[in-house]
Amino acid sequence: MLTASAILTDGLVYAAYLFIVAIGLTLIFGVMKILNVTHGSFYAFGAYGAATAVGIYSNADWPAAAGFLFMILLAMTIGLVMGVVLERGLLRLVYGKDEVVIVLVTYATFLILEDVIVLIWGPQSYAAYQPMVAAGNIEIGELVLSNYDIVLVAIAAALAGIAYWALKFTRYGRLLATVIFDRETAAAFGVNVTLVYTATFIVGAMLGALGGAVMAPKIAVTLGIGVEVIVLAFAVVAIGGMGSIEGALVGALIVGICRAAAVHLVPQIELFVIYGVMALVLVVRPYGLFVRAQPRKI
Amino acid sequence: MTGSVNDILAVRDLKKTFGSLVAARDITVSVPVEQTVGVIGANGAGKTTFVNMITGHLTPSKGSILFEGNDITGKPSREITRLGISRSFQVAQIFPTLTVFENMCTAAAIARTSGGVFANLTTPVHSAAATAEADTTIELFQIARYRDMVASQLPQGLRKLLDIGMAVVSWPRLLLLDEPTSGISIEEKFDLMQVVMSALKSRKITVLFVEHDMEIVARFADRVLAFYDGTVIADGTPTETLNNPQVQELISGVKVKTAAGSAGHA
Amino acid sequence: MGGKGQLVGGLMFLIAAASAPLLPDWVISLATIAFANALVVLGLVVLWRVGLVSFGQALYYCIGAYTVALTARWTGFNDAFGLVLMGGLAAGLMAILIGFLLARYREIFFAMLSLALSMILYGVLVKTESLGSTDGFAVTTPTFLGFAPHAQALGRALYWLTLGVDAVAAVLIAGYFRSVSGSLAAPIRDNEIRVEFLGVSVTNIIHTKVAVAGVLGGFGGALAALAIGHVDPNMAYWTTSGGFVFVTILAGAGSVAAAFVGSLVFEAVRSFAVDVMPGLWQMTLGSVLLLTILFLPDGLGSLMVRLRRRGETKATRAGS
Repeated sequence: MLTASAILTDGLVYAAYLFIVAIGLTLIFGVMKILNVTHGSFYAFGAYGAATAVGIYSNADWPAAAGFLFMILLAMTIGLVMGVVLERGLLRLVYGKDEVVIVLVTYATFLILEDVIVLIWGPQSYAAYQPMVAAGNIEIGELVLSNYDIVLVAIAAALAGIAYWALKFTRYGRLLATVIFDRETAAAFGVNVTLVYTATFIVGAMLGALGGAVMAPKIAVTLGIGVEVIVLAFAVVAIGGMGSIEGALVGALIVGICRAAAVHLVPQIELFVIYGVMALVLVVRPYGLFVRAQPRKI
Repeated sequence: MTGSVNDILAVRDLKKTFGSLVAARDITVSVPVEQTVGVIGANGAGKTTFVNMITGHLTPSKGSILFEGNDITGKPSREITRLGISRSFQVAQIFPTLTVFENMCTAAAIARTSGGVFANLTTPVHSAAATAEADTTIELFQIARYRDMVASQLPQGLRKLLDIGMAVVSWPRLLLLDEPTSGISIEEKFDLMQVVMSALKSRKITVLFVEHDMEIVARFADRVLAFYDGTVIADGTPTETLNNPQVQELISGVKVKTAAGSAGHA
Repeated sequence: MGGKGQLVGGLMFLIAAASAPLLPDWVISLATIAFANALVVLGLVVLWRVGLVSFGQALYYCIGAYTVALTARWTGFNDAFGLVLMGGLAAGLMAILIGFLLARYREIFFAMLSLALSMILYGVLVKTESLGSTDGFAVTTPTFLGFAPHAQALGRALYWLTLGVDAVAAVLIAGYFRSVSGSLAAPIRDNEIRVEFLGVSVTNIIHTKVAVAGVLGGFGGALAALAIGHVDPNMAYWTTSGGFVFVTILAGAGSVAAAFVGSLVFEAVRSFAVDVMPGLWQMTLGSVLLLTILFLPDGLGSLMVRLRRRGETKATRAGS
């Protein structure tokens, strides 16, 4: 059935998009217990940065693959810089405060950065479609797929794989696991928690920017893209469980397929399918699919 | 000890299992009104499980609990509090950002409403009755000096007194104290218990207190229950229980001076 | 809020009402919207006191607004008092229903679930063509118990209506804070388990607070709909909720008055910023929020408390 395969492929592509966008957010929450609203800014800056990069290399007439790489690297550098500046300059001041207060701090930062975008790039929209056009299309049976979308899915899968490998097999990954489990115990064992926090935030920022860069060719890079992304990323992370990367993957897949189904079958509910799924999941599993509640000690 | 109609608490064949772990078994105890019962035993012996079942924090797997003749087995803790059973906590559970008076007044005000949504909305928290009750209880526990001090600044002993006071402001008929002197220095334990016990006696409250300090138990209890491995292995006067060879072997292991004189081996 | 505070508050309301003929229309208009939004903020204060932040109050705001707009559109009934009452009650009903779910959550999850629920409404409204989709639609001019004021008189009528609703809300909420239910904010925040052991269902208390905040949000939205004259799905968007949260932080949860003063300050600053530096409104907002959190964590209200205390210390020193 054409519709079924269309739903599946659309769902996978959308899931890839959601996962790439959500992984940075869930990483930062899992390690630092911070719900980072500024994530939307990382995404937006990544997208705008990518648009600028595309502009540069298109005029200079680079080959498509090199251009694509340049776009990614520029965006991730932006993420790196932003991550360092924000973590060392601002976040450090509010560690230890109430969870919700920190969320508000990141929300305030997000608001400021929204206008910084206007200051840097102005209010107009940008197009960065070149990589997508350059990638071309492929026909599988009756379906026409964009090669770029396939690249997107590949990137998401690669990210998931790298994250899994890094957490299980690298030293940084294992340090992360201890800090996620219990920050104080990790510190008592000599883990440099401050360093872990900084590194994690930077990685999260870079992943956010990567998300924006990778999506730039598919969307109109304009004001407000960060706003949409925040809510979507939060929903995915809430469904999967805050801090769980496999949760983000599963959550992205569930939402991706559900949304694709809605778009093809019941278009009216497309916009709020994700929030409906989130509300439903939270009713049954209050802390997401992959996270258990912490009992309170008396 | 056979039960009688005057028993305020009658526990029969109480058992609690968590999966394959048996936390408490075959507990049958009857407590007459106004008795002060000391509960001793090593950690994990079932004392806290016992207390939690009576206060509704845990539902027994088997057996029954009668309070003043009424079956309260498995009822939720909120209901049990309203029926007249209160408890204090090993780590004092108070409201740290409120003053001592505010802590007490909150407890008093809650005790004076029936607990329904409408009642909670229409009962003032600083009513004359609640404030008077709060101040009376503060006096009773001799912490009036600290009335307007923020609770987080109280030293441990005063926290404990506040914690117990909040449990008493509702005029319970049965009070369970979970290690009332834990965290208190040895010099202060005795004085603390003195204040607590005279306060409770003046209100004719039946008391069950969990305690590790055998001298405190010997001094303040009318009766001692010894727990081991989830069940009661001795039940009698302090002298009887504390001199019980099994109790000495498994729990106390020390000679204890009781009212009857020096105990133990000659 | 003691007797003296109530007297001052009452006086301020009277002054605000009486000064209407003296103020230019744009100020009246601004103040009306500010005082309408103040109700939503008051609801957030109720929740903030128990340690909860709702990122979805826009849900009730929007329900209140659309109830007014749709009732007028579909039935022709356009009495302001009736419409506003319906808006508030509709939102309250929704809050009571939602409370069954929401009252079990705390902290981040409470914030996020409330966010999700408001976004569901947003999604529904955007996709509903008959309701004008993203454009929304206009709200008919209301009448006031038979009177049909126009232009300047209409503006003043709405202003007085809003002030009136605000005054009633202030009195009721102040009373609520003195009740057992309302006072169980700091205790729950400090030690939920102890509150349960004292014989209270914390879930029920929180459910009540969610309902109260919802009713207030609905009245706010209803009044705003009449004042603005237009409703659209953006009223349910999370950034609208964010704006209300912002004012709550700015105002602090110290008193009922904080909500009203905070809203007024916010609207004034917003107009000023939009006039002077239109492109940088969000940056201004974000910076103020950041500075408030870092240096005045208890909001502007705490500034008042500090000034008052300093005055008292000076007085005692002078007297000794």
